[in-house]
Amino acid sequence: MIGIIDYGAGNLFSVLNSIRYLGYPVKVLKDPSEFKDVDRIVLPGVGSFGIAIQNLISSRFYNSILEWIDSKRPFLGICLGLQLLFEFSEESPGVKGLSIIRGYVKKFNVKKVPHIGWNLAMVCGDSAFSKSLKDDFYYFIHSYYVVPEEDVGLFKTEYYIEYISGIIKDNIVAVQFHPEKSSFAGLNFLKKWIELC
Amino acid sequence: MLTKRIIPCLDVFEGRVVKGIHFKNLVDVGDPVELAKFYNDEGADELVFLDIGASYRSKSLMLDMVNKVSQVVFIPISVGGGIRTVEDIRNALLSGADKVSFCTAALMNPELIREGARIFGSQCIVLSVDAKKEDNEYFAYKLGGRVNSGMKVLQWVKLAESLGAGEILLNSIDRDGTKLGYDIELLRAVTDCVSIPVIASGGAGELYQIYEAFSLGNADAALMASIIHRKEFGIKEIKRYLKDRGINVRL
Repeated sequence: MIGIIDYGAGNLFSVLNSIRYLGYPVKVLKDPSEFKDVDRIVLPGVGSFGIAIQNLISSRFYNSILEWIDSKRPFLGICLGLQLLFEFSEESPGVKGLSIIRGYVKKFNVKKVPHIGWNLAMVCGDSAFSKSLKDDFYYFIHSYYVVPEEDVGLFKTEYYIEYISGIIKDNIVAVQFHPEKSSFAGLNFLKKWIELC
Repeated sequence: MLTKRIIPCLDVFEGRVVKGIHFKNLVDVGDPVELAKFYNDEGADELVFLDIGASYRSKSLMLDMVNKVSQVVFIPISVGGGIRTVEDIRNALLSGADKVSFCTAALMNPELIREGARIFGSQCIVLSVDAKKEDNEYFAYKLGGRVNSGMKVLQWVKLAESLGAGEILLNSIDRDGTKLGYDIELLRAVTDCVSIPVIASGGAGELYQIYEAFSLGNADAALMASIIHRKEFGIKEIKRYLKDRGINVRL
């Protein structure tokens, strides 16, 4: 069973629908006590870094996520769910992130922000998972990007600058794009994560 | 590099996808779910559903349709038509839409943009602008393009951007349905003055006109209806044409 964490950060339906469409059992988790019912979790999210961290704390998901990741079980972060894994974000100064990945989240300082639309995610790194993937177009919508200070790159993308658009570290995979909104490429990515990670 | 988007616009009336000219002779175009699947298979980058019925019932039937589509088609979906309040935005998003667009409601109450962006995020707020040239100046029209709001388009899009709009859907009333091509002058003026993405709309009839919306008008996306519904051109064909001419698209 796959669990999608509901901490009040927007629309979970498309993530739920896409996994269901692929034919895997999936449920929305409203409370950390439900972690025991699932064997992999997805942390989605749109909205601001600071409010999301606040919501993770007040809904008691914050510590449970740290424990889950510590226990080496499969974890997928999407969009803000990638950014929350870092130490801090320029979006919400003074707020401490989950701090699972060394590095921070930076605002695009380019002509057009947000970065909206379909862009190429180029596979990088030499993990077994990255070797199973190929470069493909995915749907992006974000104003901030992650700057890891360790070698965790899974995808990189060019938008005026080149930045890391996906990471992998042990049991953690997280991407800046929305696989649940990226048509066949996105479904394929989700399927690979479920089958290989 | 970011690709330029091709977006089919589906007109919806009382829960049916229809085509027709000026609300007359409405004909069913096909089953909405099948149609959405077809465009997705063809490479549509996004889908726009526009409710052209004015009633509450028509809007709620459209949201049921969007809900069904969002369970089987996984590309961004926008809905527009009759979105007037924060509650309307919430209902659309809960039905499976990723974005909402509104035109008249924002002109009457620009705070709707700010409130919508604050509560749901700028990424889902699309300001739709119906533009028409009068005395050598573009004005934003309201009420289905019938009434000049008195607001100049450039002033309006700048204000909307500052209030938190995430994208501009720029429709040329003068070109709508004419097949004379997108209004490049209008597009250029707007893309030069805001830094959020601009979607060109109104006037697509030939492939080179779509190319010009990107190459001359600097549009980020092009919305089209009749030329693809009538199957004059397929989305794949449009994208190949663009790619051959150096426009970056997802193929």
